[in-house]
Amino acid sequence: MEKISEYKTFEVNSANLKHIRTFAREVFNKSEELKNYQEELVLALAEAAQNIVKHAYNGKPSSDTMKVEINYSEDGLLLIELYDKGKAAIPENIKPRNLDDIKAGGLGTFFIGQIMDQVIFKTSKIDWINHLILKKQF
Amino acid sequence: MTYKVTEENNISTVFLNGEIDMDVTDKAKEIIIPLIEAGKEVHINLRDVEYMDSSGISVLIESHQVSQEKNTRVVLKEISKSVLKVIMMAKLEQILIIE
Repeated sequence: MEKISEYKTFEVNSANLKHIRTFAREVFNKSEELKNYQEELVLALAEAAQNIVKHAYNGKPSSDTMKVEINYSEDGLLLIELYDKGKAAIPENIKPRNLDDIKAGGLGTFFIGQIMDQVIFKTSKIDWINHLILKKQF
Repeated sequence: MTYKVTEENNISTVFLNGEIDMDVTDKAKEIIIPLIEAGKEVHINLRDVEYMDSSGISVLIESHQVSQEKNTRVVLKEISKSVLKVIMMAKLEQILIIE
């Protein structure tokens, strides 16, 4: 199992979501284990990036950047980390959709929860406002 | 995302192509919703959609809801494997009309 550690920054706007997915696919393709889950992992990462555009920046394009970092260790722990300088997230207010409710709101958060083992919100990182960590053990 | 619309026997078929995310959902709604509001049965062909996220799913949900209000149908056709996976993850396969 080979170690992966890569990051890239992107301007915050919805047009960059496809470039974020391209970056994620390229990184996940470097590992046989991650390649097998590539579609799901790309979806989880892209939903988190979309939430930054949608909620931290109210859907408006910004010249601010977000940082996407992917680390995969020899013991099979995948960490996807997203950093942004938008409006501070209030973790208690971020809830997945109730599946009995036929509406789209919260669906992205639900997908992330289905795909990843753990979702951690942090606000303490220097230079950034929000720091989201998505964890999955392979 | 690119698209094509065909008409046959009062059924409009919207062929979507490419990746459907937040960046193109407004465009997708602009194509689909007016057809439903005109009272037509709308088929959405998803054979060539390689990626769909929660924003794309929201277009399918809204289309379905508008069709119910207008007493018509939105039918999802030839759903690609990756899109079907997302629809099933959202547990919408029993709610949306899939043929």
